[in-house]
This record gives sequence, C-alpha cells and structure tokens, in this order.
Amino acid sequence: MIEILAVLGFPLAGGLLLAAVGHRREAAAANIAASLATFVASVALTARVIVDGPMLVLDRLFFVDPFNVFLVTLTAFVGFTTALFSRPYMRVEHERGHVDAVRLRLYHSMYQLFSFTMLLALLTNNMGILWVALEAATLTTVLLVSLYRTPASLEAAWKYFILCGVGIAQALFGTILLFFAAEKLLGAAGGALLWTELNAVKGQLEPTVLSLAFVFLLVGYGTKVGLAPLHNWLPDAHAEGPTPVSAVLSGLLLNVALYAVVRCKVLVDGAIPTAFAKNLMMGFGLVSVVVAAFLLSRQKDVKRLFAYSSIEHMGIITFAFGMGGPIASFAGLLHMTVHSLTKSAIFFAVGHAAQKSGTQQIDGIRGLITASPVVGWGLMIGTLAILGMPPFGVFASEFLILTTAMREQPWATPLLLVALGIAFASIFSKVQPMAFGEPSAARLPHRPAMAPVFVHLAIVLMLGLWIPPFLAGWYRQAARLIG
Amino acid sequence: MPPFYAQLINLFAAILLLLSFAMLSQRRVLSLIDLFAAQGLALAASTAVVAWGTGQHHLYWSAGLTFGLKVLLLPWILYRLIRRLNVNWDVERLINVPTTMLIGIVLVVFSFNLAVPISQLASTVTRSTLGIAMACVMLSFLMMITRRKAIPQVIGFLSMENGLFFAATSATYGMPMVVELGIALDVLVGVLILGVFFFQIREQFDSLDLKHLESLREVEE
Repeated sequence: MIEILAVLGFPLAGGLLLAAVGHRREAAAANIAASLATFVASVALTARVIVDGPMLVLDRLFFVDPFNVFLVTLTAFVGFTTALFSRPYMRVEHERGHVDAVRLRLYHSMYQLFSFTMLLALLTNNMGILWVALEAATLTTVLLVSLYRTPASLEAAWKYFILCGVGIAQALFGTILLFFAAEKLLGAAGGALLWTELNAVKGQLEPTVLSLAFVFLLVGYGTKVGLAPLHNWLPDAHAEGPTPVSAVLSGLLLNVALYAVVRCKVLVDGAIPTAFAKNLMMGFGLVSVVVAAFLLSRQKDVKRLFAYSSIEHMGIITFAFGMGGPIASFAGLLHMTVHSLTKSAIFFAVGHAAQKSGTQQIDGIRGLITASPVVGWGLMIGTLAILGMPPFGVFASEFLILTTAMREQPWATPLLLVALGIAFASIFSKVQPMAFGEPSAARLPHRPAMAPVFVHLAIVLMLGLWIPPFLAGWYRQAARLIG
Repeated sequence: MPPFYAQLINLFAAILLLLSFAMLSQRRVLSLIDLFAAQGLALAASTAVVAWGTGQHHLYWSAGLTFGLKVLLLPWILYRLIRRLNVNWDVERLINVPTTMLIGIVLVVFSFNLAVPISQLASTVTRSTLGIAMACVMLSFLMMITRRKAIPQVIGFLSMENGLFFAATSATYGMPMVVELGIALDVLVGVLILGVFFFQIREQFDSLDLKHLESLREVEE
C-alpha cells in the first residue's frame, strides 16, 4: 500500500513543487529526480506484486493486478527516460528562444501532473475516478501542446481539448449507464462503480444497458486512443507540441486510454452473451489500421508521420483485444509494451534530429548518420523496430496477432497484411533518406541525450528474443482476464 | 398520479430543455452566460427536490455543489474573462436559426426513443426525465457544432456536462460523492485552463473566431 501511495505521491508532489520553482535552472534536474523517484516506487510496487500477488487496498479504492502492474511500471519508466531526454532538448529550445522561463515552469509542473493523472487512472479501482483521471490527463496536456504559442500549436491544442472533451463526455455517459446497471445489484453506497465489484457480478448486469454503455465508453475513450475516425486531434497534437510531450502522449496516454477500454470490455463481455464488444473493437481497430496506413504516405512532417504510425499500432492492439483469446490478448499486451518503448525512442531521436536540422519537415532532414551517427542510427534502428523487423519485440507481437487472425478471423488478415505493407513502404522510404544521404544538419550546443533511445531499443530487442518469466506470467494471467 | 415532488422535477426538466433551446438560438455571448447560469439553477433546484422527495441526503451536497459551481463560480469566471478579453460586443452571426431548431426537435425525438428502454428498467421516480437529459446533451452537442466562436463553444461544452449530470440524477439518484467531486474539479480546472488559452488565442489572432483555427489538414498539400 505504501508503494501505491509513493507511486502517486512523487509525481503529485513534484508537480506542485515545480509549479513554484520550475523556472529555475535546476528544474530539469528536479523533474528527472521526481520521475526517477516515481520509477523506483513503481519497481518496489512490482516487486511487491511479484511476491504477494494482486492487491486491493485503501477501502477498495486502489487495485493492482497483472493487467495494470506492468503498465504502471512502463508508464513510470518511460516517464523517467523522457524526463532525461527532455533536459537537453528543452535547454536547446530555451536558448533558441522558443520557450521562456515562465513556460518552462508550466512545462515541468504539467509534465509531473500528467504522469500523476496517468498513474491514477491505471491504479484506481473506481470507474468514475478512472474517468476523472483521464479527463485530467487531457487538461494537463492542453497547455503543453500549445507551449510554443504558434498559430498551428494553438489550433492543435484547441482541437485536442474540444475533441477529447466531447469524446470523454460520451465516456461519462457510458460510465453513468454502467453505474445505473450496477446500482440495482450492488446498491448505491459507492460499491457500484468499483471495478472488482462489477467484475464479480458482471454475469447479472442488464445486457441492453451494458451494450449501450459500451458504445458510449468505446467512442469516448476511443477518441483518446486515437481510433479512426475519431483520430483527428492526434497527429496535430503530436506534431505541434514539444517532442517530449509527443513521446509521452504517444507512448503512454494512448496506452492508458486503451487500458480503460479493455477494462470496460471485460465487464461487457461478461454481461452480454454475444460477441458485440469484440466485433465493435475489431471493427474500430481494423478501420484505424487501414486509414492510418493510407494517410502515412502523404505526410511531410516527420512527427506527424510517426503520429499516424501510432494510430496504426493502436488499431492493431485494439483489433487484437477485440479478437480475444489467450494468444491474441497476450500479443496485444506485448504490443502495448513494445510500441510504447519503441515509439518514445523514435520521438527522442526525431526530436534531436529536428533540432539539428532546424525543421520538422522530412525534406529538410538529411544525412543524419553522417552528421551524428548516434541520432541517425537511433532513428534508423527505431524505425526498423516499429516496422516489425525481426528480431525486435514488435515483430513477435505482430506475428502472433497475424497468425491468430489467420486462424480465427481469416477475412481480416489480407487487410492487415496490406496495411502493414503500405505502412512499411511509406515509413521506410521517408526515413531512409533522412538517415543516409548528404548531411544538412548543424551541431547542437548540447550533447543530445541518446542513452534513453538505446536503452528502450535494447529492451524491445530483448522482448523479441526472451520475455522475463514474471512478465510472461502476468501477460498470460491478464490475457485470461481479458478473454 | 405521481407525487407532487415528481411533478416538480418534471417541471424543472422541462425548463432545462427549454433553456437548451434558448441557448441554441442566443446570439449575444453575455446573454448566453446568463442562460447557462439559469440552466445551472434549474439543475440545482431539481437535484434538491429529488433529495427532498426521496430522502437521498447526499444529493443535497451535489445540489449545493452544482449551485456553487455552475450558478456562481463559472458564470463569474466567464463574465470576468469576457471583460478582460474585451469581447463583450461579440455578437455571432448565426446561420439558419429555424433549421437548427428543426434539427434540435429531431434530436429530442431521437433522444426520447433512445431513452425508452433504459427508463423502463429504472426504478427511480425521476426516470421519465432521462429522455430530457439525453436531449439536453444532444442539443449542447448541436450547439458546439453550429458555433464558430470559442466562448459559445465552451458554454456548449459546459451545458453538455449539465445534461450528463442531470442524466446521472434522473437515472440513478446521482453518482458517488467522490466521483462527483472529481468531475466538478475537472470542470473547474478545464474552464481555468481555457481562460488562459483564450488569452493565448487572442494574443495570436486578435480575435476568438475559430475560423483562424482551421489551417491544419490531415493531408498536407
């Protein structure tokens, strides 16, 4: 229990502290320290769960099971490495006059509060608090997306706020319907929104209400996952905000929103005898994969390119969970992990590359490997990993998803294969000249923080070859829960 | 014959729906804020009546919360914001009010149909108002779509939250207190952040017209 309080307490305290002193020179270091403390606390929580198993603490308010424990650690870990990356990155932005000290204070404070809201969403047992935390996650990042105050960034932030706000209002209605269905069985005394209680009685929940609730919940949280056709905000928010924010949005927030969808899906599957929720998720997932794949080839901005790639991968994961079964759900969980690590690594490399070249336009970034071998190779290897080249972890999860699809949903396999092929061709043909060719990049005044990139990619490589037994055990248990 | 308080709740629900239509056609931003405050008042009153009629005492708290937040605090913040932003002369040119109204009526019919299966399952005395709650949500949605200026869009967003809150009271006698507090906090923080955001938009574009915010495209030319 103390571990849970620490996991939530460090980012909250860090956010409040940095709101006061975030403009100082040491603020970036304090940001790293708070993120490191959160990560250490999450490791302690992981160790506790390995020893004691799932826990339900503080009057059933917090709940840790195999499904969320690895996401908590992943969130804290990527939060920490992104803070490491953000220090030199934001220093360059500051020295180039893109952000002043006041905005840096806002940035550091909101960064920590954003971590807090995501961890709260993952750890809470209350579906209402889950909603509140996800809405708060939007609110903390709106001002980060508009940090540069350019016309495009203001537009992106406005779109982000309105679309995600309206989307998440649908999810609130879904939550109300869920509460309405559960209240009859569990009473109104607060127990009717607790996920563990709902899960225990899910077989008796009213099917009509639950299916209506799931439509609203999927549309609502799906907007935040970036599922097509609700994905409009995502590329803009990723492209116009500072790169560390793109990395955490893509690597973490999408995962957390998808986590919310899957929690709801477990309840709905238990209540409805038909495969209604599964079909809906498969449909949204496939549409996202296909739409994103076709839009990828038309992108000119490198951050938008990888934002569309995130939509594509979220589509693959949603499809996998929709398909269900022990193997597909296992692969979905693995894909969540490796996508988060790879995509944030790519954004780190892209951030440094864009700073070196002074532009985010793909045409303006050339010859990275000559100009700076670490950034160039980091981007190249990361791209190969995200495109599903063996032996990286993305290959393993995509392979599992595709083979399961061939067996269980054969009609979907050609669509998936074509979309993956198009995505491969579009991304590779755009990134290859960025890495090779005549250099266009200038030197940076600070050494880029490339260690996070290679640490992430090393973990992804490891997960492609060997999954630690406790992690594989959690994936299997969580896959059984997801069904 | 339903009890007196149930009729009172139906009355407030009708007022709520009427106010939603009024907001849909209101052109002046300041009057829009007044309408929003009035909607909050109707909501707080109906919540208090439900609390009194059914003996659900925690609903008094949420009625108080609604009153404080949506009748006093948010309108005050919005008024201040408009004065500071100096846009109180902001009159919107609404296209086709009659068409919007007709679409609104269609939406109300649709919401009532959607609410029927749920209302039949509900055991609350207020179940018949669930359709109205959904209609309010839909109408706010319509308002957000038809408005071209930033502040009316935000008021539409807040009024959608009102509708959702009304749905929660009428279907279930309200969500647990901790969730309601969390939602209220989110709404408040959201409005404050938007306040900051409005200043940024106006600094950049010299107006709060959303036509300036339409340059990002899915596919770049």
